[in-house]
Amino acid sequence: MTATAPYRSPLGTAGRDGFARLVHAEWTKFRTAPGGPAGLVLAALLVVGLGLLSAAGSHASCSKGPVEVPCPVPPRGPGGEAVEDHFFFAHQPLRGDGSITVRVSAMSGRIRLPDAVPGVRNVATAMTPWARAGLMIKASTRQGASYAAVMVTAEHGVRMQHDFTEDVAGLPGKVTPSTPRWLRLTRTGDTVTGEESADGVRWTKVAAVRLPGLPAQARVGLFAASPGDVRVTGNAVGGSTVTSRFSEVTAVMDRLDVRGAGTGGAFALDDIGVSYELDGSPHHPGGFRESGGTYTITGVGDIAPLTVGSTVENTLAGAMFALVAVIVVGVLSVTAEYRRGLVRTTLLASPRRGRVLVAKAVVVLAATFAGSLAATAVTLPLAKRVLAGNGVHLLPVSALTELRVVAGVAGVLAVSAVLALAFGALLRRGAAAVIAAVAAVLVPYVLATTSVLPEPVADWLLRVTPAAGFAVQQSIPEYPQVVGHHAPAGGFYPLPPWAGFAVLCGYAALVLALAVRRLNREDA
Amino acid sequence: MEATIEVSGLRKRYGSKQALDGMTFTVRPGHVTGFVGPNGAGKSTTMRVVLGLDAPDEGHALVGGRPYASLRTPLRHVGALLDAAALQPGRTGRHHLLWLAHSQGLGARRVDEVLELTGLGPAAHRRAGGYSLGMRQRLGVAAAMLGDPPVLLLDEPFNGLDPEGIVWMRGFLRALAAEGRAVLVSSHLMSELEDTAGHLVVAGRGRVLADTSVADLIARASGGRVRLRTTAREAAMRALAEAGATVTVQDRETLTVDGLAAEQVVRLLTAREVPFAEVAAHRATLEAAYLDLTRDAVEYRGAAR
Repeated sequence: MTATAPYRSPLGTAGRDGFARLVHAEWTKFRTAPGGPAGLVLAALLVVGLGLLSAAGSHASCSKGPVEVPCPVPPRGPGGEAVEDHFFFAHQPLRGDGSITVRVSAMSGRIRLPDAVPGVRNVATAMTPWARAGLMIKASTRQGASYAAVMVTAEHGVRMQHDFTEDVAGLPGKVTPSTPRWLRLTRTGDTVTGEESADGVRWTKVAAVRLPGLPAQARVGLFAASPGDVRVTGNAVGGSTVTSRFSEVTAVMDRLDVRGAGTGGAFALDDIGVSYELDGSPHHPGGFRESGGTYTITGVGDIAPLTVGSTVENTLAGAMFALVAVIVVGVLSVTAEYRRGLVRTTLLASPRRGRVLVAKAVVVLAATFAGSLAATAVTLPLAKRVLAGNGVHLLPVSALTELRVVAGVAGVLAVSAVLALAFGALLRRGAAAVIAAVAAVLVPYVLATTSVLPEPVADWLLRVTPAAGFAVQQSIPEYPQVVGHHAPAGGFYPLPPWAGFAVLCGYAALVLALAVRRLNREDA
Repeated sequence: MEATIEVSGLRKRYGSKQALDGMTFTVRPGHVTGFVGPNGAGKSTTMRVVLGLDAPDEGHALVGGRPYASLRTPLRHVGALLDAAALQPGRTGRHHLLWLAHSQGLGARRVDEVLELTGLGPAAHRRAGGYSLGMRQRLGVAAAMLGDPPVLLLDEPFNGLDPEGIVWMRGFLRALAAEGRAVLVSSHLMSELEDTAGHLVVAGRGRVLADTSVADLIARASGGRVRLRTTAREAAMRALAEAGATVTVQDRETLTVDGLAAEQVVRLLTAREVPFAEVAAHRATLEAAYLDLTRDAVEYRGAAR
């Protein structure tokens, strides 16, 4: 055997750190195979195309008798959110600091029930749980103007609420002639303090809130409001049907004591936010009567943020279809290598197998996120403009929330692609992995949000399956004090946005870990 | 790092089949080592164990003194061609090499170098799905050469090559070995390795049957046999058999004589006045030696150890 000097390569040593090299290699691999980039382009086109198509096809118009008119834009609260601001207000001017005190001695109400005899109004004497009456200070009588109010409610005790979204509980208990409740509202600068008392002697503070920008001259007085009677009934296919019916509340108050500059005159009466019949008469009017120091006030409506309507995330509904495309991209990024035996070449280049799979996941995550983000970031504002042009007004949200929706939907697509990739690596068969990923993400999402399942089941699905991740797109929060039907079918998720997203990420990490384990344990 | 491949006591069982049964050999730099044996002898499995793709039940394999899995830029230490068909058909040949290069911290320049080296330059920008089997083999060799490694493992590199390609591959492998690289080339056809391999590892049933230089193997297979050409075949056979030799008929005029030296054959035939045209020591072809060796693996178990 002849001795030959062993070969020495003139190539230099590798510059980058090992993992960065792998990511670079996987990126090169991803972008040079036609399937991956094409799948992401398709996903982006689905988001943009379906979003704009659906926006272009949506029109809203309202009628005033025989005349078609643009639909009214809902008023907006101080925080920018769309609000319902509908109540009866008996008020006086208040300049500067001052206070108002009253005793609420009785509360009653009426609810219209489904007609037992067709054509005969079926009205019951009852109150909805959040029927309320009490004291309010409001910047003006304009709908949406800043306010603070202390009140008694039918079922939720004393509350202090302000600026539509905020709510603080006082003491529980109902108002009856034998257990009246005293309420007091005090303005000091831009701070408003609400207090309650059982006897008018010993007072308990409910809350002190700041109303920034409350003008020196505000309106102060008595109010009553009663949200609709919302009922949810099961429907034939297992989902639910929601109805909301007229309700009103009537409160009896006395021992009125108003202090401060400008007060003491007669009450001005405003049925704020009431709608009118064609003949000009108010539809379901409230009312106010004064008799020897006793005030009887009747109100209809709600003072609350609007939570039902078209939302910004509705413009990104195409993401559901894009999800299928990115799932296929994620799965094929692994199973195409298994199908051709290319995985061995990959493992020759990187014998540390877990790292190569993670590098692949990083590339799929980043590429899918970038492609989807471009699509969502274009679609949402564009669709919003198209919709506005068609008379459809989305429930307004802050720029930060819009950003969360845009990035969140892209994030759901990207993490779902990683989950699909992990299924591909775990199962090594393209068809099986696509079915697994669709069954994990898309099927529970569709079942839970299309009102075919009983609500507890839908809620449960959106807590424990990867579909929980869609919670990240919910732009309108659920307020405990706001009457409404907050179900998945209406876009309300059982988990907070980032918690839901974390569930999806957890699943992706779990399946990826299982895939790494299998890859490390078995021969390639 | 030393340019060697060390395989030591590898055992591996797939279900009921003992794929490797104590495979042991060392590949040294400076010449092409042929790794031959019939299909199922354990050649590919051994290569996959060396490359860290399969884990052995027992034994170990080292490349340059280290397990493959511990190499941080493995393609700069070992180049391998396992399955030339392992390509994504939609990717161009150049892009296939580019991602591999990036994984080793190498750039596009090195990719173009190996494309030139393997003569794939003109097809570099075509999709690999359209490559002929021979072009795929060249692409596989290009991938193996990316990291300019001191050790090369090539599994059946002659598969699918046209005659011109076979000539090219032989010269290429010899040149790599001459540079001081350790080159292990597996084949199930010994003829492909003739004039290429300087050393042979003959495998059968998961173990080594012979680990020898080509010259030694031929000498041993040739035994003490004598080739005889005669027009009087019957008479010659009778005379030789009576003297105790074993005679095999090769063709109408040629016999192979086992058991007598050439001089004895000449003396015997001359004494019996049997005419003959030529008596020569028989030289086995590599092919024949190999077939001899692998015909019955059991017989040679002792010889291999």
